[in-house]
Amino acid sequence: MSEATAHHDAHAAPTGFVRRYLFSMDHKVIGIQYWILALVAVFIGMALSFLMRLQIAYPDTPFAFLEALFPKGAEGGQLTPEFYLSMVTMHGTIMVFFVLTTAPQGGFGNWGLPIQIGARDMAFPFLNMMSFWVTFLAFVAIIIALFFAGGAPLGGWTGYPPLSALGPEAGPGQGWGMTWWIISIALFCVASLIGSLNFIVTTLVLRCKGMTLMRMPLTCWGWFTTAILSLLSFPVLLGAGVLLLLDRHAGTSFFLPSNLVVGGKPVDHSGGSPILFQHLFWFFGHPEVYIAILPGMGAVSQIIATCARKPIFGYRAMVYAIFAIGGLGFFVWGHHMFISGMNPYTAVAFSVLTLTIGVPSAVKTINWLGTIWGGKIRFNTPMLFSLGFVSVFVSGGLGGIFLGQSSVDLFLHDTYFVVGHFHLTMGVSAIFGIFAGTYYWFPKMFGRMMHEGMGKAHFFISLIGVYLIFIPMHTIGMGGAPRRYYDSTSFKYLEDIISMNSMITWAAFITIGAQAIFVVNLIWTMLAGKKASDNPWEATTLEWICATPPVHLNFDEDPVVHHGPYEYSVPGAEKDYIMQTDPPSAVPAGTPAQH
Amino acid sequence: MSETETNVETTTSLWGGGVTPYKGISHIKLGMWLFIISDALTFSALLFGYAYLRNASPNWPDPFKFFPSILVSTLMTFCLLTSSLTMVLAVHHSQHGDRAKAFKWILATMLGGMAFLVLHANEWRELIHHGMTTFSNPWGDSMFGATFFTITGLHMTHVLSGVIYLGVVAWRLERRKTFDDEVEVAGLYWHFVDLVWMFVFPLLYLMSVDMGGN
Repeated sequence: MSEATAHHDAHAAPTGFVRRYLFSMDHKVIGIQYWILALVAVFIGMALSFLMRLQIAYPDTPFAFLEALFPKGAEGGQLTPEFYLSMVTMHGTIMVFFVLTTAPQGGFGNWGLPIQIGARDMAFPFLNMMSFWVTFLAFVAIIIALFFAGGAPLGGWTGYPPLSALGPEAGPGQGWGMTWWIISIALFCVASLIGSLNFIVTTLVLRCKGMTLMRMPLTCWGWFTTAILSLLSFPVLLGAGVLLLLDRHAGTSFFLPSNLVVGGKPVDHSGGSPILFQHLFWFFGHPEVYIAILPGMGAVSQIIATCARKPIFGYRAMVYAIFAIGGLGFFVWGHHMFISGMNPYTAVAFSVLTLTIGVPSAVKTINWLGTIWGGKIRFNTPMLFSLGFVSVFVSGGLGGIFLGQSSVDLFLHDTYFVVGHFHLTMGVSAIFGIFAGTYYWFPKMFGRMMHEGMGKAHFFISLIGVYLIFIPMHTIGMGGAPRRYYDSTSFKYLEDIISMNSMITWAAFITIGAQAIFVVNLIWTMLAGKKASDNPWEATTLEWICATPPVHLNFDEDPVVHHGPYEYSVPGAEKDYIMQTDPPSAVPAGTPAQH
Repeated sequence: MSETETNVETTTSLWGGGVTPYKGISHIKLGMWLFIISDALTFSALLFGYAYLRNASPNWPDPFKFFPSILVSTLMTFCLLTSSLTMVLAVHHSQHGDRAKAFKWILATMLGGMAFLVLHANEWRELIHHGMTTFSNPWGDSMFGATFFTITGLHMTHVLSGVIYLGVVAWRLERRKTFDDEVEVAGLYWHFVDLVWMFVFPLLYLMSVDMGGN
């Protein structure tokens, strides 16, 4: 890295298309680039899940269109098991890395953090640009892996060895497809390091005058904590990726145990341990869950306070809870490995620590509820998605209480219960956070209001849809249905869940279809949406004092902050809210200061 | 937006915004610190892997004789430690505005780094010559070679990038293009690479000394 750091001070406004929109150093443009990348990725990931659900519900029915699309992967109109497993793998990888990590942090974080703390740009604009383009390269690499001859990787998004470490002899998908998968992840780690470093420095040193830490919007706390988590967890994944690559191409056997026999032939490796990979992977993997969810929590706190017209309930508790969740997140990775074999006492320790995370999570939930309690709630689309976030997060989180206990996990591990749990609590919640953020900031990002009617339709169908998909998954998981199976209809004990599986599939189709409303809304808004005023939600934070959309370097003059971020319904004030930059006199005498 | 009022409260505090809370620490230096933390974790992952595999192995070899292995690696350690000292001097002179001396000491540091690299490469050559590879060695557990080459290889890459980095800094210093504490930031990186070696040396070399037993 080192010498490539441009100075943070005002870089001149760029001219020309390439410098303005492609290789821009403006944090807002980079944020939008990340957001678009995630949008592309989410539709690829969703298409893959469509194929998976089709296979799960109708394993024996040939579909002509499948054969037309994938002459090799779906010969005779039916997906091959290998093709199905590579769908599972690529869906997970693309969604976790290029959607859930990219959009909330890279997208909204980049766009929103500098502007909300009153900075002109990130501390290192050049590195910021670089982090996006390295992410883009990582995305290209994963797409290469998807289409590589010999098959896309099919070992799951966790890339567990020994399968992933062996190379082509381990079967289809384990050739160069897997290597490209690792390259993509390694590139992503690098991009994430550069990005998170930038976020942390920016938050610490570039806050404008009067923006104390405890006056930062909770979104900024979310992005800041997420950046710390990325900074500390991705390098470990990078280490694991490098070792895996060496196992595949340099003859080492870090993750390959002795006496391994594959395809009837003994493997020429010895001395390694696949469990080692699990440790390294999950040391990253668990914080990754919070990397996906914390920015969403921040955005939701922001939106709920704004739309309930009330100060956030327990601002400090919220900040501490974010930190507690992030900090504890580093000590619970073992709960992904309960059945990998560990000392039962270790499992108890991991269990207890895992369940402890429920406490700060509950603090956040109660505070969200406390915020809307007695508020003058405005049920616009961002607010609906935020409330949906809370609902989905709690519903999914409750499953975590079961899975976090090693004894229960022995039964539920690798069943659909797990799939239902993490999709709700990490996947759908984070996606709802992204949607909430999109509807909320779109007017400022692009200058037009998204259509409310379409937004509401999008929300209600999505909310009901995801519940119909993922709650039944808990049930069939308790019934013993294993995850990742290509065809579970041939098991006698699973006969009862076949109808439930087709119900889930149909709910998934409808939910996927409902996303078309979002796309139409986006396109329609871009072309013909109502022009947005500077502060359409009557919010208090700094982005709303900027022009719409904000100019290069954000502010005409450096803002000075006098108030906390959530001064709503201030008694006796002129309007029912006080902007952060309003003079101190905006608060009528005698009103207790909130921050 | 902001009228001309005077009572801007709480801005005298270092954490009140508008000023950097870290006196004398530039953005770039802070960025380097964060990079170092992150990079340290990558090394930790590898060292953890090494500890894990070594503990699990029934026949981990300890083939390093006092001569040449330990003597040479001690010499390498000496080169690297000395280069840290010369780096300190470079930073000292650059802080006192003495460009020429800073430049000279940076060159000395690069020399130390290069001596380390040459010795190290030579050592690799000898080990490979003795039949040690990433997948086998004449002495015992094949993972000995894998961990050795991976960890020292990653460290060597860091030293090599450090030498190049210092070269760029020296060149910029000569052309008067450096920013305020550029030399010091480079020094942070260099000391970090040195510090990593202070873990690698005992863990990979001293713990693998052939004591003449068994």
